Amino acid sequence: MDATEASSKLEQELGKDFHGSSMFRDEVSVVIPGSRIKDALKFCREVLLFDYLVDLSGIDNMDEDPRYGVVYELYSYQYGCHLRVKTGVDEAERELPSVADIWPTANWHEREAYDMFGITFKGHPDLRRILMWEGYPFFPLRKDFPLAGKQSEMPDVAFSESAPLEGGPFVTSPSSAGTDKREPRSRETDS
Amino acid sequence: MATETAPAAYDSKIEGNIIFTRLDSAINWMRGNSLWPMPMGLACCAIELMATGASRFDISRFGAEVMRFSPRQSDVMIVAGTVTYKMALAVKRIYDQMPEPKWVIAMGACASSGGMYRSYAVLQGIDHLLPVDVYISGCPPRPEALLEGLMRLQTKIAEEDSLLAQKRELLEDIS
Repeated sequence: MDATEASSKLEQELGKDFHGSSMFRDEVSVVIPGSRIKDALKFCREVLLFDYLVDLSGIDNMDEDPRYGVVYELYSYQYGCHLRVKTGVDEAERELPSVADIWPTANWHEREAYDMFGITFKGHPDLRRILMWEGYPFFPLRKDFPLAGKQSEMPDVAFSESAPLEGGPFVTSPSSAGTDKREPRSRETDS
Repeated sequence: MATETAPAAYDSKIEGNIIFTRLDSAINWMRGNSLWPMPMGLACCAIELMATGASRFDISRFGAEVMRFSPRQSDVMIVAGTVTYKMALAVKRIYDQMPEPKWVIAMGACASSGGMYRSYAVLQGIDHLLPVDVYISGCPPRPEALLEGLMRLQTKIAEEDSLLAQKRELLEDIS
């Protein structure tokens, strides 16, 4: 079995909840809505034998809908093939089912996605921040969070201040434009 | 026999056995030449710190080879590496546990100013939290630079009013 075959089996399984697949440089990506993501991933693990969750990462596509996304990189030792599963996350809800019961390694990956983007994972055994400290009020990898950081204070735990950036590079804007448009030297944010 | 009020005079019989000096100079000389470092290794600078301690560069030539991993036994904290906000108060806490007199060397760009990490996660220089005596530039600094920093610190220690500073209250009571 290869990734294309896995993608079509997934399409058969999910029917209309399969939101298409694409191929880029022999890598297959499939898009699944958040409501069926758990079923799809369970199917990938149990039937298609993707036994290795390589990575799970959050994405912030600011000014797009849905704003957030989560990408699951799967690998099957059985078939030696790789599959990428993408899902959108609604900005208001920001919640997905946890897959830590399918792949235990998802535990820390989901904690990181929660820490950096504020996406919560329902059913996660221990959803705490993993890099920043407990009580830090921001989600630093969101596009509307300045790279310089913001001031925060947790007495006896940690504090943070914004760094002097002198108009340095800030977050990028998602688009197909060239790097000069996509990566402005600085970007004003309200919050 | 000399009278009681006679100042110490030159005596060829004890030549070489007695040194006349100020108490401060003696104390500073002893302190400066047996600095026990607290190796606060936080990033790649710690590798250069280890190299400085190893045979090729040999920090023991300057009396600072006794790296102590207990803050209670150390004199100088060498902050070697990137201080993240999450680590910052732990560094401060370790510094607070060091007995006086104590000094701080900020080793490398990150410890001195945050370095290339203009970021939400990194403290922009350990001098926001601790009083730094010597800053060493470099990313990371070479062992020679650290040794130069150590010698600068020894020069600084040699100029301190150590007795006055330490016994200020006592001296005020007496006078």
